[in-house]
Amino acid sequence: MAAGSTYTPIATTTIGSTTASYTFSSIPSTYTDLVLICSGYGASVDGNVFVCQVNGDTGTNYSTTRLSGNGTTASSGRRTSVTRAFLSDASGLPNSSSQISNYIVNFMNYSNTTTYKTIISRANVASGTYPATEALVNLWRNTAAINEIKVFPDPSENFAAGFTLTLYGIAAA
Amino acid sequence: MANTFELIASSTVGSGGASSIDFTSIPSTYTDLAIYLSARQSRSELVSNTRIEFNGSSANLSCRYLQGTGSAAVSSSSASYLFAASPANTATANTFGNSFIYIPNYAGSTYKSVSWDAVTETNATGAEAYLVAGLWSNTAAITSVKLLSLSSDNFMQYSTAYLYGVKNA
Repeated sequence: MAAGSTYTPIATTTIGSTTASYTFSSIPSTYTDLVLICSGYGASVDGNVFVCQVNGDTGTNYSTTRLSGNGTTASSGRRTSVTRAFLSDASGLPNSSSQISNYIVNFMNYSNTTTYKTIISRANVASGTYPATEALVNLWRNTAAINEIKVFPDPSENFAAGFTLTLYGIAAA
Repeated sequence: MANTFELIASSTVGSGGASSIDFTSIPSTYTDLAIYLSARQSRSELVSNTRIEFNGSSANLSCRYLQGTGSAAVSSSSASYLFAASPANTATANTFGNSFIYIPNYAGSTYKSVSWDAVTETNATGAEAYLVAGLWSNTAAITSVKLLSLSSDNFMQYSTAYLYGVKNA
């Protein structure tokens, strides 16, 4: 993660009441990479995964490979031609304030218009019903610049009030 | 918006080593904390573990980790400590392990969730990689951070730690 004068907050929110999703829109193309920091828990349902879609794309244009450890077993898995990028997979978003999770997500070279986009996520759920620490790499098979990111629990859950999401831009120069 | 990844404090271990690296009086004016640690421990082993404490308390810490040894991947947990690996004194000379520790919402009133990545590459056996999910089950704002050896050894000379504050506005 770059330090210094180029780590700039683009947008931030703290969920005020239970919300099914949050969308960062009109993301400027003036940075080199994006970093998304999220932390909190779900409102009611235990164990949803945490996912995102970019530029409103709900097609089967995403794939993911994960490395996970749940405190007992190390595992790896892959999903191909799926409809969202997985920011967590083996771990489940907890539904209790005593089981805070965090996610650190890097969108690499997000504004170029010539390559498919890579999304790397570190998911951390230390306790709860579905704990795990994970590293996940996602591919969005589209050359468009990313200008919108929608994040949500999947398949069906709300963010609890207090869930925080911040998008930072990192500029190479 | 302002640029907001700022150095709060740093520490370099001097000759003779140090039993801990301490950051105190951490201001509550940031959103998240990030710690970059480069460390080697005095224990007479290839690898030792570095653990973390907050606000002078060793209680209510836990973690789940994924560990790669170069020949296997395993996962385990601790209900008492939050830690990851560092090279120790019989590892390849001059090798220091790197850690990146991230603590979102450190000044908030919820439990504190921690992300910790660590590597101890030494061009030899005994090198490890760690991914760690940590939790401090305490609602207090974090005002101090202590890094120390899980086996009560010392950090060796030239170990360094940098504490950054990240603001979301």
